[in-house]
Amino acid sequence: MKLDEVKIGGMGASRRRVEDNRFIRGKGNYVDDIVLPGMLHMEILRSPLAHARIKSIDTSAAWDMPGVRLVLTGEMMAARNLAWMPTLSYDTAAVLATDKVRFQGQEVCAVIADDPYIAKDACGKIVVEYEVLPPIVNPVQAAAPDAVQIRDDKAGQVGNKVFDWEIGDKARTDKAFADADVVSKIELHYPRTHPSPMETCGSLADYDRATGKLTVYMTSQAPHIVRAAVAMVAELPEQNIRIVTPDIGGGFGNKVPIYPGYVIAILASILTEKPVKWIEDKTGNLTSTGFGRDVYLKGEMAMRKDGKILGVRMNTISDHGAFFADAQPSKFKIGLMHSAFAAYDIPTAHMFATGYYTNKAPGGVAYRCSFRVTEAMFFQERMVQAAADDLGMDQAEFRRINFVKDEQHPHRTAFGFLTDSGQYEKCLDIGLEAIGYKNFAAEKAEAAKRGRLLGIGISTMTEPLGAGNSREYDILGIKMFDSAELRIHMSGKALLRTGSRGQGTGHETTWAQIVAHELGIPADDILVEEGDTDTAPFGMGTYASRSTPVAGAAIAMVARKVRAKARKLAAHLLEVSEEDIEWELGRFYVRGNQERGVTIQECAMAAYSNMPDGMEPGLENVAYYDPPNLTWPFACYIAKVEIDPETGVWDVLQFVAVDDCGVRINPMIVEGQIMGGLTEAYAMANMQYQTYDEEGNIIGGNYMDFLLPTAWETPGFELYEVVTPCPHHPIGAKGVGECATVGGPAAFVNAVMDALKDKGVRNIDMPLMPNRVYEALTTGKDVYGMPPVRSGN
Amino acid sequence: MYPSRFKYESPKTIAEAIKLLDAGKGEAKILAGGQSLVPMLKLRFAFPEQLVDINNIPGLDYIRFDADGSLHIGALVRHEHLEKSVEITNRQPTIAAAAPLVADPIVRTRGTFVGSVCHADPQGDWAATMIALHGYLVVQGPKGKRNIDMKDFVLGPYANALNYNEIAIEAVIPAPKGVARGGYLKLERRVGDFATASVAVSLDMSSDTVLGAGFALAGVGGKTIDANEAASALIGQKLTDATIAKAAALVAAKAEPRTDHRGSAEYKRHIIETFVKRILIANSEQKVA
Ligand SMILES: Cc1cc2nc3c(=O)[nH]c(=O)nc-3n(C[C@H](O)[C@H](O)[C@H](O)COP(=O)(O)OP(=O)(O)OC[C@H]3O[C@@H](n4cnc5c(N)ncnc54)[C@H](O)[C@@H]3O)c2cc1C
Repeated sequence: MKLDEVKIGGMGASRRRVEDNRFIRGKGNYVDDIVLPGMLHMEILRSPLAHARIKSIDTSAAWDMPGVRLVLTGEMMAARNLAWMPTLSYDTAAVLATDKVRFQGQEVCAVIADDPYIAKDACGKIVVEYEVLPPIVNPVQAAAPDAVQIRDDKAGQVGNKVFDWEIGDKARTDKAFADADVVSKIELHYPRTHPSPMETCGSLADYDRATGKLTVYMTSQAPHIVRAAVAMVAELPEQNIRIVTPDIGGGFGNKVPIYPGYVIAILASILTEKPVKWIEDKTGNLTSTGFGRDVYLKGEMAMRKDGKILGVRMNTISDHGAFFADAQPSKFKIGLMHSAFAAYDIPTAHMFATGYYTNKAPGGVAYRCSFRVTEAMFFQERMVQAAADDLGMDQAEFRRINFVKDEQHPHRTAFGFLTDSGQYEKCLDIGLEAIGYKNFAAEKAEAAKRGRLLGIGISTMTEPLGAGNSREYDILGIKMFDSAELRIHMSGKALLRTGSRGQGTGHETTWAQIVAHELGIPADDILVEEGDTDTAPFGMGTYASRSTPVAGAAIAMVARKVRAKARKLAAHLLEVSEEDIEWELGRFYVRGNQERGVTIQECAMAAYSNMPDGMEPGLENVAYYDPPNLTWPFACYIAKVEIDPETGVWDVLQFVAVDDCGVRINPMIVEGQIMGGLTEAYAMANMQYQTYDEEGNIIGGNYMDFLLPTAWETPGFELYEVVTPCPHHPIGAKGVGECATVGGPAAFVNAVMDALKDKGVRNIDMPLMPNRVYEALTTGKDVYGMPPVRSGN
Repeated sequence: MYPSRFKYESPKTIAEAIKLLDAGKGEAKILAGGQSLVPMLKLRFAFPEQLVDINNIPGLDYIRFDADGSLHIGALVRHEHLEKSVEITNRQPTIAAAAPLVADPIVRTRGTFVGSVCHADPQGDWAATMIALHGYLVVQGPKGKRNIDMKDFVLGPYANALNYNEIAIEAVIPAPKGVARGGYLKLERRVGDFATASVAVSLDMSSDTVLGAGFALAGVGGKTIDANEAASALIGQKLTDATIAKAAALVAAKAEPRTDHRGSAEYKRHIIETFVKRILIANSEQKVA
């Protein structure tokens, strides 16, 4: 009688991804697939220089080319008050440069032409005269007293500092350090990297003068925020703006901000009265759109002799590039960096953060993490390892004695977060067992005989996911809640729309599973739609792992609202009072007589054909969910590596991942997310970064230098599962999309550092390329990665 | 990524292709596997007026060992053909070792050995291999065929000794007097990466005595580096710790690395020396039939 939840594709079913039907057949519909009649093409001319004053721009030869419809310069944008636009962090960013270029790759002009070849050719005909200024490629240069001011456009700007910000209890922390037996220190750089989604950014703007309607097809992880921003910037009425995000070929935070290309394409469509398509090339994406990380972290840990942590000090210096365009909740200048040490029971902590402008691309997007949590967790686990080494204590044991215990939850962290639940020790134990921690010493000795160095690295993470709660989290003042709208058709099939936006992450599959779980409607009977602001309810979009914690919760809540109405319909059909109705998956029945019942589908039909007197027809509802707290997944990642000391090359022998993301909706998708995240973590630890030379030229602006790992070098990952349901989320889920990227890097780095433990080396900055490992091995000194890169003979 | 405009021709014979190149007066370029040329077009690093696609010329995809033991590789032999050839695996260890390290498996299905040699990328694997193997190219132009020795072929970064109206039709590796041995090692950051530093080593051995040897380097100079001089340390000798160390030091001395984001000059030189040693030690440990 009772429905089998897994069979109907409910919670816990490893249901195949429905979106893959079209993706693997090449039938996805991305922005670049959309073709509108009379469409024009836009190409952007970018700055070859990192820092230079624009002396003149001559576009006449471009205008003269047949097929060119419009050439836009900063001056022309300025005439329409569009040369600058607001960023998501209350700064301004240039749309097209007017006065100066401030990073290599910055947008200088745009050409709109009949085809993209002509547009590109015409860009080559534009002559820009520059006067070169000294480039600044790191915060030390930016802070120098004689440094050139990058943001001389801003009234009241002093030097190159963006902000000073602090959090925590300084006095109490100072006291903890005064009382400490041992103080441990570490200093490192989390290098600049780039989300580099497979699909670059792009848009197709279509302004219709007759209706006044502006439709923009674009690559955005947060279409509703874009609509609000366009309404503000372009001063168009919001009801006439429609933002459509069709299939998205990966986002990873890169598609949260609003980029100059979008704005220029909109203006170009308004001016030409034709649809204008802009598709960024790969170099444009890597060199100008939102990067991740680029933070210098310094910290100290105060401890008792027995290993108990008494307090932590953190100091961060972040490099934001030319414009402060971090995509983050407005209250927190350095994102959720203060989530560091949330899994550790530490009485007091203090953090001081400073941000600087440099002549590098702006961004600071949450590349697959909840706003700088990656840097926080990386710092935390590197600090913990260094501290354990200084104490001469086993690194696993040191973590164990300092972890927040299961029964301490909900636990107030030293920086003020409230972690909700977790089983940290259990995860650690599973990981240690799987990696063979007990036998490691023998294994290491055996490898030493072969001339190889072995190391084991542990990294644990907990991440605050699912912003908001509207008390603390907003972006540009808009509170961070989310939404779902559910419509049950008379046949019992359903349409679900949310304010989130999947980007290859399987929303169309998992969202239906939540409804199946709540209503017993088979997941295959539920169509999920997202990404069209004319039809989807308002939502803050998908990033920072907020979809399942916030939109996912809204889906459960809207399904419950629908179920409440269906219960009234069931009472009517069964001719009993509502109080006598019981629910089991997919069906209402009369208490005490389980045989007598009606299915949810029968209730749906009744909503359109047989409702009780006085009841509003139809079966649909909408829910807006404002989470009471963040959700806190936990993970323990352990890597075992082997180093060839003659070359510095290291290989991963084994990697174990224990993830507790609460209740798993679709275990297959969860595992896919972890595998993908660990691959990115491996990339960052091993090979991937964007750096700059002395002249401010970007290194890592193409895929021969910005390296993505392939299946050949990516190690195998062994996955383990622990489930601690989130106590305040309607279905107990915590979010998992980012855990592995956040927690993974430190496992690899700690493993390599563990192998070098007796060489006098404390830190090598990522990526741990063979030359850096070799340098550390042969010099016995730390290796720093701050740009500019060294060059010469 | 949109290249500038170009004309495209796809001749069916070598003679026709040469005629097109000749008429192009230096503005026409041969398109072989396209794995270097197409990226350069897309990035607008190259702006040829015309492409002469040689992929439809029949009979250029042979790998042949002649009776005298010389190896002939036709202009349309792809990297993948060399990687999968049993004859190469059995008889030409330097090429066999390099083939799976060139680019990635996808690029290897298209890119050609001869095209790579012609491209003369300082980081390219095949030009180095050809130099270490003392090979030569057979090239054909309006006036007929001529041979160009590898030691004279690479003139600089992306510059070779071909005239604009000549096609390289095959690469030839002369027969060893004894048994061909050798190897190839490459330090790369990831599959599909060009060399941070790589070494091609060829050995011509009779029993355990070295009759001839060759060395060339990629990634550690402004062009492919000819280190064949170092053979003097080995010829007439056995592969011992002492001769190996001497040869490795001589090869490393020929490197002209620069410090960059892939590592310091000293590090790259050290890698070259280490790799030469590793290849020679591996060969010394192998019994020669
Ligand atoms: C992602 C990627 C990774 C790579 N990694 C590596 C690597 O690790 N190591 C490496 O060595 N290479 C690497 N390559 C380059 C690759 O090996 C190319 O295939 C090779 O360099 C060129 O061969 P092709 O047949 O593709 O030549 P094309 O690209 O067609 O031509 C290259 C040049 O040679 C000329 N040319 C071609 N054939 C002839 C001929 N018969 N006569 C005269 N001129 C000719 C062309 O006019 C052109 O100037 C990589 C390429 C890519 C795309």
